[in-house]
Amino acid sequence: MSFQTDLVVLLPEMILAIGAMALLLTGAIGGEKTASLINWGAIALLAISGAATVMGPDHAMAFHNAFVADGFSRFAKLLILCAAALSILLADEFFASIQLSRFELPVLMLIASLGMMLMVSSASFLSLYMGLELQSLALYVLAAFNRDHLRSTEAGLKYFVLGALSSGMMLYGISLIYGFTGTTEFAAIAAVTHGGAGLGVIFGIVFLIAGLAFKVSAVPFHMWTPDVYEGAPTPITAYFATAAKVAALCLFLRAILTPFPDLIHQWRQIIIFISVLSMALGAIAAIGQTNIKRLMAYSSIGHMGYALLGLAAGSSLGVRGVLIYLAIYVFTNLGVFAAIQAMQRGGKAVESISDLAGLARTDMKLAVVFSMLFLSLAGLPPLAGFFAKFYVFLAAMQAGLVWPAVIGVLTSAIGLVYYLRLVKVMFFDEPAPSFDIVTGFGSKAILALSAAVALLFIFAASPIITAADAAARSLLP
Amino acid sequence: MSFPILSLCTFVPLLGAAAILLMPSANNARWIALATTVLVFALSLVVWANFNNANSGFQMVEKLNWLGGGISYHMGVDGISMLFVVLTAGLMPFCIVASWESVQTRVAEYMIAFLVLETMMIGVFCALDLVLFYVLFEGGLIPMFLIIGIWGGKRRVYASFKFFLYTFIGSVLMLLAIMSMYWYAGTTDIDTLINGVHFPAAMQTWLWLAFFASFAVKMPMWPVHTWLPDAHVEAPTAGSVILAGIMLKMGGYGFLRFSLPMFPSATEMFAPLVFALSVIAIIYTSLVALAQEDMKKLIAYSSVAHMGFVTMGIFTLNHQGVEGGIFQMLSHGVVSGALFLCVGVVYDRMHTRDIAAYGGLVSRMPLYAAFFMVFTLANVGMPGTSGFIGEFLTMLGAFLHNSWIAIFSATGVILSAAYALYLYRRVIFGALVKPSLKTMKDLTPREIALLAPLVVITILLGIYPKPVFDVTTPAVAKLIADNKTALAMDHAKKVAEIQKRAGQ
Repeated sequence: MSFQTDLVVLLPEMILAIGAMALLLTGAIGGEKTASLINWGAIALLAISGAATVMGPDHAMAFHNAFVADGFSRFAKLLILCAAALSILLADEFFASIQLSRFELPVLMLIASLGMMLMVSSASFLSLYMGLELQSLALYVLAAFNRDHLRSTEAGLKYFVLGALSSGMMLYGISLIYGFTGTTEFAAIAAVTHGGAGLGVIFGIVFLIAGLAFKVSAVPFHMWTPDVYEGAPTPITAYFATAAKVAALCLFLRAILTPFPDLIHQWRQIIIFISVLSMALGAIAAIGQTNIKRLMAYSSIGHMGYALLGLAAGSSLGVRGVLIYLAIYVFTNLGVFAAIQAMQRGGKAVESISDLAGLARTDMKLAVVFSMLFLSLAGLPPLAGFFAKFYVFLAAMQAGLVWPAVIGVLTSAIGLVYYLRLVKVMFFDEPAPSFDIVTGFGSKAILALSAAVALLFIFAASPIITAADAAARSLLP
Repeated sequence: MSFPILSLCTFVPLLGAAAILLMPSANNARWIALATTVLVFALSLVVWANFNNANSGFQMVEKLNWLGGGISYHMGVDGISMLFVVLTAGLMPFCIVASWESVQTRVAEYMIAFLVLETMMIGVFCALDLVLFYVLFEGGLIPMFLIIGIWGGKRRVYASFKFFLYTFIGSVLMLLAIMSMYWYAGTTDIDTLINGVHFPAAMQTWLWLAFFASFAVKMPMWPVHTWLPDAHVEAPTAGSVILAGIMLKMGGYGFLRFSLPMFPSATEMFAPLVFALSVIAIIYTSLVALAQEDMKKLIAYSSVAHMGFVTMGIFTLNHQGVEGGIFQMLSHGVVSGALFLCVGVVYDRMHTRDIAAYGGLVSRMPLYAAFFMVFTLANVGMPGTSGFIGEFLTMLGAFLHNSWIAIFSATGVILSAAYALYLYRRVIFGALVKPSLKTMKDLTPREIALLAPLVVITILLGIYPKPVFDVTTPAVAKLIADNKTALAMDHAKKVAEIQKRAGQ
């Protein structure tokens, strides 16, 4: 395999890397006034990269088995690219409204997306770590992007310190695995651990899972999530909640399922443990929240718990469930954050749940979309979120994980309380002063898109399920 | 595939809702909603007209690819479900008319919620796929939650949350049961599951319990009935009509459609539990009803008691009991709906449901007193009204099964006469002393139009119930026969196992 064919495999990533640098140069020469132009340039780049992803090979390895392009990575990359593009669209409006438009923002988001794409494509622990750090460094800066804002800088710092800690843990785990198996390539590790592995490898897996659990914000490594979600500027939070979660979870799937298929009984217990804890904490801790972004943080912790149940199933059905989950989750969350961004009163962003009171009287459309998205997140049929949970639980039941599934449905009933409370605040309560009408074209489009996904998924489910199925089978036959 | 009449019934209300969305003024909304529901009712009558009484299987079947992997969009009706479709479609226009004047705020949203709810309810009775059934069964919660929460009374928030959480927690376990059935049978097709799949006895137990959790809450059975009085009291009149008239019936329908045919051994095993809960419900909630000071609450408790007769009848597993249960559900759908409408009539005038606030209405509202009398007697189960047929048959079925159950449940008949007539006396008779009542007006033409058809149906079904039994008998006969065969199979298996063990 030659260098050129390797490059073709990583064409979508190359496009992003070169494009991001070109945009950076443009911004550096043109100055701040080019910010909006660069935003649109970044969206165009993401679209081109998406087209390259779609046309990419069905299964190809590159750079001495360090990277793989297959159906699974394609599905994940498309989700990441979509989420990144829509987040930039949100950011364009948001930072223009607070007069903080800077050309570095889209460039950083492109670089983070590049890291995410490398993550989901990695087929070895070295490339995995490289992609992860590329993503993380860009995300640390993004969290603190609103640099004159105390909470934003705090979020960036917290994220950085804890993120570095988790990266260290993961690296330690990787070094153990390397030490005991003699390789960092997933396929080679699978061959070595075929039929069992020693305590050293198991130790390595534990540290690896701890590091990965931090990235997907699963309990007990979730502490950073509420603060970062609350502190980061809303479109950046949207980006964290969607693209970063997709990348981390898909990485999680690949880094556990491909190298350690025969150690399933060892890692499954850990995954079930963190999955059940995440579901429970996400549901219970969210009930007392008053800030909507903190609430969404706990909601995302819970959602990662449900998705991890699909990983615990350890089958291609489980992977399919996770992919469907992520697809629905990304579009629903983008809509929610677009709606949160529309919560502005007197030119200032408001984030408290009581600010939503009586929204149905002052802005019916926003209230309907908002509550539809929340009920979809709660997993109520006939909305899309139900099918997300349905396929994950279906896989868990098939794998015989009856008790985790029972806990899962019960926590979803607990979680329903706070989603219903939001609907109640918007529909039953007396109205608070109405919001400014500032929603631009971008957030309107995102709101319409995610409402359509939530409402119409039931009619168009079959092709998406088939696509997720094919993607899952490329990871686990 | 023939003309998709059932899908049309199910989804025409959604079209109506979309039309209201385009023309959202209050008056438009009312007329569009009325026209839509009347049209759906007409369509449901077409379903009845085309229904072949001799056929005990599913009719007017539609099947389309949906989620893939054995989960499809499958619709159809049989003798058990068809009349519920007609009942649902028939009650909806009454709900719309009943809300004509009493709902003045956010009318368009109100009508949309009702039309969406109608889609879900009709769909529940037509669905022949478990996942489709579940989606529609749960989908009805959101509009009902909004109806109670937005247009309800003082404690609407509490009532709407209680309603939602009770029913939701009840049904999530059913979802897991559906999944394990899927992995066992490879399909969620109800027709296949009833006629071609036999679950192992141990698995049936768990599946039965999971389904029971859902339907017992929906029904509602004692002791998980407590959401119902709250929901009824706080819901607007039309919401109460739908709750009592149709949503409760989904529980009984679920038992008939799933528990009995799919889990016969578990049904046999748990029948005593159901009888015990039914008898407790009949006696206990009747006594509770006797002590109520709120008209709607009283009728709500009486609903729980009447549903006790239904579960008792269904689980006797003989013709009289099962058909009596179905008839009781249909009759109760009409009668309790009518009673809530009657309460709505005086509530619209006085804005209180306190029984003590009324008295002597007969001298100001003779027509109302007459209408109310018919429905009260039907609620009591007076011969000549539809209430009698259902109650009598379920008790007959219970007597055939176990005379003690029948004896205990019969006390419920006496108690129902006590609380219903006591309510009637306190509201209608006595001297008209309260000054606020002295200006009460009798029924308006709109209200007469609302109640008169229900009187006709109540009496007609009480005198000539044959059209209903013509529809239900073949399907019930098949249900009971299948149940017997499946039980015999399970018994034979058990006997063989014991013999094998003895031989070893």
